[in-house]
Amino acid sequence: MRKPFERIIERLFACSGYITSVVIILIVVFLFREAFGLFKSPAVEEGYTIALNKNNKVSEDQFHAQTLKLVFDSEITNWSKLGGKDEEILLFRLDDITNYYSEDELGSDLENVPVCINRLVDSMPGIIAFIPKLYVASNFKGRLIEDVAITPADFLAGKEWYPTSTPSAQFGLLPLITGTLWVSLFAILFALPFGLAVSIYMAEIAPMKIRNIMKPMIELLAGIPSVVYGFFGLVVIVPFIQKIFHLPVGESGLAGSLVLAIMALPTIITVSEDAIRNCPRSMREASLALGASHWQTINRVVLPHSFSGITSAIVLGIGRAIGETMAVLMVTGNAAVIPTSLLEPLRTIPATIAAELGEAPAGGAHYQALFMLGVVLFFITLTINLAVERITKQQKS
Amino acid sequence: MIPYKKNYSTRKKRSQTLLFALFSLMSYSVIGILVLILGFIIVKGIGVINWEFISTAPEEGMTKGGIFPAIVGTFYLIIGSALFAFPVGIMSGIYMNEYAPKGKVVQFIRMMTNNLSGIPSIVFGLFGMALFVNTLGFGDSILAGSLTLGLLCLPLVIRTTEEALKAIPDSYREGSYALGATKLQTVQRIILPMGMPNIITGLILSVGRVSGETAPILFTCAAYFLPHLPNSVLDQCMALPYHLYVIATSGTNIEAQLPIAYGTALVLILIILIVNLLANVLRRYFDRKVKTN
Repeated sequence: MRKPFERIIERLFACSGYITSVVIILIVVFLFREAFGLFKSPAVEEGYTIALNKNNKVSEDQFHAQTLKLVFDSEITNWSKLGGKDEEILLFRLDDITNYYSEDELGSDLENVPVCINRLVDSMPGIIAFIPKLYVASNFKGRLIEDVAITPADFLAGKEWYPTSTPSAQFGLLPLITGTLWVSLFAILFALPFGLAVSIYMAEIAPMKIRNIMKPMIELLAGIPSVVYGFFGLVVIVPFIQKIFHLPVGESGLAGSLVLAIMALPTIITVSEDAIRNCPRSMREASLALGASHWQTINRVVLPHSFSGITSAIVLGIGRAIGETMAVLMVTGNAAVIPTSLLEPLRTIPATIAAELGEAPAGGAHYQALFMLGVVLFFITLTINLAVERITKQQKS
Repeated sequence: MIPYKKNYSTRKKRSQTLLFALFSLMSYSVIGILVLILGFIIVKGIGVINWEFISTAPEEGMTKGGIFPAIVGTFYLIIGSALFAFPVGIMSGIYMNEYAPKGKVVQFIRMMTNNLSGIPSIVFGLFGMALFVNTLGFGDSILAGSLTLGLLCLPLVIRTTEEALKAIPDSYREGSYALGATKLQTVQRIILPMGMPNIITGLILSVGRVSGETAPILFTCAAYFLPHLPNSVLDQCMALPYHLYVIATSGTNIEAQLPIAYGTALVLILIILIVNLLANVLRRYFDRKVKTN
């Protein structure tokens, strides 16, 4: 009776043993499944199309999200830039139709709009028209640019994140990833001296009693929820920065870095303190026997010995900072621009997901782009974890 | 601690004293930051908290009233995630330390567990939305939120269980086998009871983690405002951390909402304080017990 029962239980143990692996695989599968459609979804807004004069020979490859944006922002004004004839680009949006035709010509129920657009596109050689598909006449004489999908280059090298932009929503990763790295790196720069000082103090200098008090306090620092850090940053750090630097708004990369620095401290402290403690006693004794002072021993023997441990502490701290969502969302101001100064608002990948997923309709390009951001974030943190794994393995061998 | 000699040359000594003073100063300033954050929220929030604040629902667009539904919601989420993560996590820890072949398998599982714990909480949120909310059709619900939070705290439960079991000397296992017990009996009667104190400490800490997380429930469960308490696991619920986020960043009357935000932050902090205190007291109590045995 007992044997089969035991075997079932053991199976159960084994199954749960692999749950973390299964979850990671599921995360990869589901993130990709939701994100993948991004590169199939049209670069032009749903229900709309781009129409050109039939003599315009510019190749279809030119019409991806980034160039469409440049054209409609009047940053590209001549077809020769896109490999066409030397001709001015004439922008046409549906609203512009009243410049060309009177209300009588358009008809009382706008029933003549397709005919008018057809005539207009046919007569203007330099035109690029952004029109609803509804208004494309059945005998349309222009050239329609259809099936233009968002390309990986639009995502990876795009310099703008502007999901509501027309005619072509911009899902450029660059401003978000630079924002993320920017705040995280500065957070580590702020946190590192303090983190190292605390871990050296706790591992080497402080009496046992003080260490026993400090350790739980550091744990508490790690336990405070990120919204509380964000809230504290919002009501204390942000106004403080605004006042000191006389800024129009205090929400900035600096505020984000400071909050993240505090949040990364416990990780840096615990990991590097462990590394410092792991330095064998015999090495310290040898150093002291050679007449070195306590500080010399720490500086020349203990720290070099725990170098890889401290490195993994830093890398883990960066990982924590990169993935942090709520606190950053609350204090960085969320402007999706490539940051040039720490005192400007910026926006990180996690904050973008948190702020926009709620209003992105499921299955749309915006939704898929946000999941693609999740994929990017997942692989950044996975790389960081594997790097740490590698460093600690080297340390052991 | 190695007793360090104190009579170096004076120059060496002076620079060392100076450096060590700097280190201790920096350490105390880190503790100072903690005290500052806690103190600020306690001082600002203590006047807001009273029985009414804890036991009534928000009123007049969150400018008045209490946070009762948010407390209840967080409580449900804690229970829900615990029901999922505790058994699975403990079993996983038992498998890693007692059953799995030592070497490659354990190393692989440990690596995956570490990787999972390094994944940002917002990615868990995305995953929970894709799997639980959309694919499995739970919708925005306590069920979806609890499962997402459960996955998030799973690595913590697994790791503490494994550590706790690793600390038990092999002689106990051998003694049990020598008496004719099977492996499962040994795990059930000897290993688990001995490791339980440390496991419980880990479980308590994971409750603390779950109660403060916002990003995973953003798209799987949390409601901006609900006039009534949830009736089933397929209902949405309010939650303390999300509530704090909402009243701190959006709303029509930030001025009037601010005291409520302080109060909510204080309740959250109190939960975390109690959780940490409990874990520490337990850890110390059991450490002493083991020593006296």
